[in-house]
Formats: sequence, structure tokens, C-alpha cells
Amino acid sequence: MAKVLMKGNEAIGAAAIKAECRYYFGYPITPSSELPEYLSRELPKVDGVFLQAESETAAINMLYGAAGAGARAMTGSSSPGISLKQEGISYIAGAELPCVIVNIVRGGPGLGSIQPSQADYFQATKGGGHGDYRMVVLAPDSIQETVDLVIEGFDIADQYRNPVMILGDGVIGQMMEPVEFKDPPKRDLPPKDWATTGTKDSNGRKRVINSLYIEAEACEQMNLKLQAKYREIQKNEIKFETFGTEGAEIILSAYGITSRVTKNAIKILEKEGIKAGMVRPITLWPFPYKEFEKAAEIDSVKAFLSIEMSMGQMVEDVRLGVNGKKPVYFYGRAGGVVPEPLEIVEEVKKILGGVK
Amino acid sequence: MAEQQVIIAGFGGQGVMSMGQLLTYAGMLEDKNVSWLPSYGPEMRGGTANCNVIVSDNPVGSPLVTEATTAIVMNLPSLDKFEGRVVEDGILLINSSLIDKKTSRTDIRAYEIPANDIANELGNIRIANMVMLGAYIELTNIVSKESILESLKKVLGPSKEKLIPINEKALERGAQAVRQ
Repeated sequence: MAKVLMKGNEAIGAAAIKAECRYYFGYPITPSSELPEYLSRELPKVDGVFLQAESETAAINMLYGAAGAGARAMTGSSSPGISLKQEGISYIAGAELPCVIVNIVRGGPGLGSIQPSQADYFQATKGGGHGDYRMVVLAPDSIQETVDLVIEGFDIADQYRNPVMILGDGVIGQMMEPVEFKDPPKRDLPPKDWATTGTKDSNGRKRVINSLYIEAEACEQMNLKLQAKYREIQKNEIKFETFGTEGAEIILSAYGITSRVTKNAIKILEKEGIKAGMVRPITLWPFPYKEFEKAAEIDSVKAFLSIEMSMGQMVEDVRLGVNGKKPVYFYGRAGGVVPEPLEIVEEVKKILGGVK
Repeated sequence: MAEQQVIIAGFGGQGVMSMGQLLTYAGMLEDKNVSWLPSYGPEMRGGTANCNVIVSDNPVGSPLVTEATTAIVMNLPSLDKFEGRVVEDGILLINSSLIDKKTSRTDIRAYEIPANDIANELGNIRIANMVMLGAYIELTNIVSKESILESLKKVLGPSKEKLIPINEKALERGAQAVRQ
């Protein structure tokens, strides 16, 4: 298929339809509003349902219902709206329902700003809702990767019966780039023999979608089962990009759009004779700790620098990966400000000046 | 290696977003690497708008333009805001119909194009953006006029194809304005 020029938010909608998602529940919010706008127009054309909910809380619970009935379904929002969905996300994780949730992150906390941010990293990867649960968190750095990850995200959700979050930001949502809609790598997906589609599908036996285990021991068993599943996801689903680590003086880590600003900085540094490598996590959970561990063992590497549009969130996972072998520094801008390549270059020089 | 990092700015309604999209689309048609990023601040109708466009032979790094090879400014606030972003020897295209002021930069190539006046002469004020775009591609050759028109056909759709000739004229008049 030929390339088309699409805005990130619209491309997410098109990718969802390509992945056979037929239900979207949501409430518009800048900078993600083109996603519901696009799907309100396009889902009815494929006999799907677009529903503008009365609130984010309603939308996430509609998603619970549709996913529980076995449908491919999605919701999306931006930071404050995603906060409102947290209770529902915890319930979805507890009931083990496959679905995709899109967060086009903006500046926070509170109502914050409408400009791009990465300050929802903790909320997405460490659980914004209650209980011991995990979402698979996918963080694309281009519109093409966004489309690929949305399509594969539905498969990952179905394979593990787990919610998957697409963690974008205002730039990913708003920018336009050429994209191609490709088929994802083929996965053997289990049948949805738990979906509440009526007793005719289960020989009269009732199926219940629930996250309530009132006996402590039963609830613990449920938690152990979830943990086993999460270990399986950690084993199979880690994605990352790494380059230039061999012989590098410093390893820069960044995800999403910040990684592209960082790549510009790496080019400038190269011209000035400073070799910087990069580890870019694509899955934020499961996190590619091993890649950082490996990079930390390279002799030439003197330090790590995590660059984020936050006040320092992913850097905690970078530190866990590096595990004290090398110093880990942080540079971030907040509230909707995107760092510029030269700021990163200056920061690298400052660090290398100090550790040399 | 050809790479253009462009800032296009003006007030809402001047077609700065669509000018950027056409350029991006044309770059894609020519198999170049492209990106288009709009400003989406809390601005109202008549407020300022701008977009960043990158057209490159290499993969696009950051889609944010911090050092512009070209800035196209359609109104005075945009000149004030973005002339400082142009790299040395870069290009600044000024819509002189609406901007009396000269640029304060002496290390760049600045062109004054009376885009609104030319568009009015052609009979449609709304094609002032195409006049500027014509000047831009004449100076940089980053994409061809044909690719811009091809993109415009796709954007306008069959029902508005009658608008192609006047847009083509606008591109040509813009090119002329910087050739003199």
C-alpha cells in the first residue's frame, strides 16, 4: 500500500480500524481530539460504534463492557482525562480484559498545559490505579511507529488478556508524517472463551467478568496468576532501539519524540568529536533494563544521561538498569516545553567535563 | 544532502497550515522524508499560527524546527518572532503587503513579496499563501511546482479542481517576484 500523509491522532484511529477495532468510547480533549473526531466519522463506515461518553469515567467503563464481551475496543484521551480513567484501568487489569488505551500526554499536574509532555511515565508504567497491576506501555517516536504499535498493540492485548497503553505526546498527536499500514507480525492468539456473549456459546454455563475476589487467599491466587503473566510479557515483549553504544563516551536515553530531538543532538556532538550512543526504550513497560546493563559494561562509557519532557521519571528505571556501574544524570523540561538539541549538547559537555 | 527546515507563520486564515501541508505532501510525492508540525497553542481566530516543515533526503530527526533554513512570514508578529530563528545565509520570505518593516538581519537572504497584492490582482485574496509558496520553491528547488499542484489536486478533490489554474498562476507569480 502506498504511503499516506496523516496526523498522528488520525493515524491512531486508522490503525485501530485496520486492527479490526470496532468500538471507541471517549471524550475529546486537546491535544488528542482528532482521534475521536476521526473515529466518529470513520467507525460507522465499517459498521463500528463511536460513542462520545458523558465523561472519561463512563468511557473507560464502556471499554470494560465491550472488551468483556470479546470485542476489540479502544479509548483515548490526554493526561487529565487519563487520570479520570484510572479506577477503570485497574478494574480492567484485574478482570484481565484486552483493550487499547491511548494517552496523548500534555503538561501537568492538574489541568496543566495543552503542550507536549512525558510526565505521565510513572502513571503509565507504575500503575496509576490501585493494586499490583501492569499495562504494556508502548511509546512510539514517529507516526509510522505509532501505527505499527497500535496495530500490534491489539494483538498483544489479546494474547495476554491485558490492557495496552499507547503513550504518545502532543507532538505525536499533532504532527503529520507519511505512513504505510502494514500487517503486524503474525501471532497465535488464544480464543476468547471467557467473553460474555451469552450462554449459547458456553453450553449453558455462565461466564462472569469480574475483579472481585472477596477471600484473601483467592485474591492472592489471582495476583500470583497476574504476576506469572507479567513475567511472560517481560520475557517476550521488550522492544527497544539502540545504536552507537560501542566506543561511546556517554549513553543518552530518551523515548518518544524526545528521542528524535536527542538524535539531532547526537549528530551535533559527533561533529564536535564527542561520541554519544543511545538506548531508546520502545516498551516502557516491560522496560529494557538489560540493554542499560549491557551498555553500562562498555569500558568507554563514562556516564548515562536520561532526557525527558518531565522532571525525572524514566531516569529511575535507567538507574535500575545501570545498577550503580556508571553515574546516571538527568536532563528534562516540563509543563509542555520540548528540549532543544543544543540544550542536550550543552548538558552532555557539562557532564563529560565533570567525569573526565 | 538537501534538507529544508521551514517555519511558516501568519495569522489564522492566511493558509499557513495548508501551505505547510502542501509542501509536505509534495515532498512525500517526490519520495523525500518529510514532517509537518503545527503550533496548537491556546490561540483564537485571527491569532497567530505557525507550522514547522522538514523536507529532507535523510530520515527526519526532530520534527521541531529550531534553526530554520527558511522562514516564511505572512504578518508582522511572525516576522518579529521568527526572523531570529533563520540560520546564517538562510532565506526569509516577507509578505510585504502586510509588513512595512524590514528585517533586522543582515546575514540572511531576505525577499519582500507583496503576496496579498498579487493575490488580489489574480482575483482571489485567499491564494496569497500560494504566491509565497511559489517564491519559496523557486528559491530552493526543494520540490517541483508540478508536485505542489499534484498535492493540491488531492487536497481539493474533484469538486474543486477548477481552482487549480488560479493556484498555478499564483505559484508562477510568486516565482517571478523573486526572480527579478
